[in-house]
Amino acid sequence: MSHANPAKKIINNPLKCADELFEGLVIAYDGKARRVGTRSIVMNDLRPDAPALLVGGGAGHEPIYHGLVGKGMADGAAVGEIFAAPPPDIVLEATQAVNRGKGVLFLYGNYAGDVMNFDIGAELAADEGIIVKTVIIADDVCSAPPSEKHKRRGVAGLVPITKIAGGAAMSVDSLDELARITQKACDNTRTVGVSTKPGSIPATGKPTFELADDIIGLGMGIHGEKGVALIPMCTADELAVKILDLLFADDLALNAGDEIVFFVNSLGSTHMMELLILLRAAKPILEQRGIKIHQTIVDNIVTCQEMAGVSFSITKLDAELKKFWDLPCESVGYTKL
Amino acid sequence: MPKANLSKDEVKAMLILACERIIAAEPMLSEADRNLGDGDHGMGMERGMRASIEKLNAAEVESIEKAFATVGMAMMSSMGGASGAIFGTFFRNGGKALNGKDTFDAAGLAAFLKAGVDGVKQRGGAAIGDKTCVDAMEPAAIKAAEVAGESLPEAIKAVAAATEAGKEASKPMIAKFGRAKTLGEGCIGFPDAGACSVVVIIDAFRDFIVA
Repeated sequence: MSHANPAKKIINNPLKCADELFEGLVIAYDGKARRVGTRSIVMNDLRPDAPALLVGGGAGHEPIYHGLVGKGMADGAAVGEIFAAPPPDIVLEATQAVNRGKGVLFLYGNYAGDVMNFDIGAELAADEGIIVKTVIIADDVCSAPPSEKHKRRGVAGLVPITKIAGGAAMSVDSLDELARITQKACDNTRTVGVSTKPGSIPATGKPTFELADDIIGLGMGIHGEKGVALIPMCTADELAVKILDLLFADDLALNAGDEIVFFVNSLGSTHMMELLILLRAAKPILEQRGIKIHQTIVDNIVTCQEMAGVSFSITKLDAELKKFWDLPCESVGYTKL
Repeated sequence: MPKANLSKDEVKAMLILACERIIAAEPMLSEADRNLGDGDHGMGMERGMRASIEKLNAAEVESIEKAFATVGMAMMSSMGGASGAIFGTFFRNGGKALNGKDTFDAAGLAAFLKAGVDGVKQRGGAAIGDKTCVDAMEPAAIKAAEVAGESLPEAIKAVAAATEAGKEASKPMIAKFGRAKTLGEGCIGFPDAGACSVVVIIDAFRDFIVA
């Protein structure tokens, strides 16, 4: 393999990125979480006799998914290779480590590799007598029409969804209840993303997709999956309108008086400056419709290397979801006081 | 001298040859994936096959079933992703169809391919025409059933030709799975990378058996 890497990644062995970032992440948890088995991370100090929340996915999108482990967030995470779902035996080792006799909820984004590997992991867990339920995150509005929601990808909405699921996991006593609340959080969450520049594959430095300098990929997925339109570069104010229009046009009813969590996410290299300018543009549009932002998140949490772009996620809160949202949480990727 | 049937040690040697061929084909497989996906299929397959060789060489092979299952488990564990689940399932499920067999013949080849592709279809939900590895696996299994009564060398030659034809047939297809699906008509003209891997594996089986 050539040493030249056009992405100029500051790494060691390109083929060891997943393992090495994982080792660093365990250190970053400052003793609040520990390594289990090959590449799983599990919170210390788990609530006894409680249903467990396990998340997971490929590496390279940090701080998700393995950075969302902690008090009030996920109990553990199964970590794959760069951009590849964790294999079933890693899912199993994480499942065994988080299970406290009340079963385990698998929560992950809707990608073929994740579904297959977590399903096999669930079968292996069943062989060990562990009950598993699964909720699949499919919040990406532009990846399929509302009539084919099962085909939608899981993107940045996973942050508010995991936060609410984590709140529920520290509160409820049954796996069924945890799964019901988590599913409701998914049903109430929608995301629309745009891309302005690709990320790169760490091992090769090659771009994950191609996009002209003066073009924005409206509705593009976090790996560069095709969106709804390629549009000319525009201002933040114009882009905020376009993104919100797509969110309003979807099937999640947003009415005057509704309270939402509003998440402005950077896909990696888009700067906080831009996120804040977009937030400034979005807030009055939401207010005009009588929609109240209960809490704002402005951060880069769901990323794809140095990919540039942003997404807006909306989670509509009812009384129950709001109760679990309002609980504090602490993790490397997202902390709420 | 072509082999009429294979012992468990010969099956192991055949599998190691298939692993070595995949490792050697990494640049070709990655290039095939770059046209349709994110370009890491070859690296994932190489990782799976290196792990498979290590596991196959770590101990005496207990049975033909176990030899195939060893490759399946090693691929699944070391690769992750969709390819790990799919190829792991292919070898594990295929191996199960050879339970109790102490020689590998044309009927065994047919049983292996049928159970393997059935497992993959059930796991991933893909059918022929979706531009996935199933487009190479299924024609292989169908041909193997047709020639199950022939000698192993004749059978594997026919199966390898059917596998190659299946891979070629995937070129004009529009993908329904994975990242390629987002390309729509942009994926026309390129074969599925997973189907390319199936061809490399079956060609290795043929070359081992016919040699």
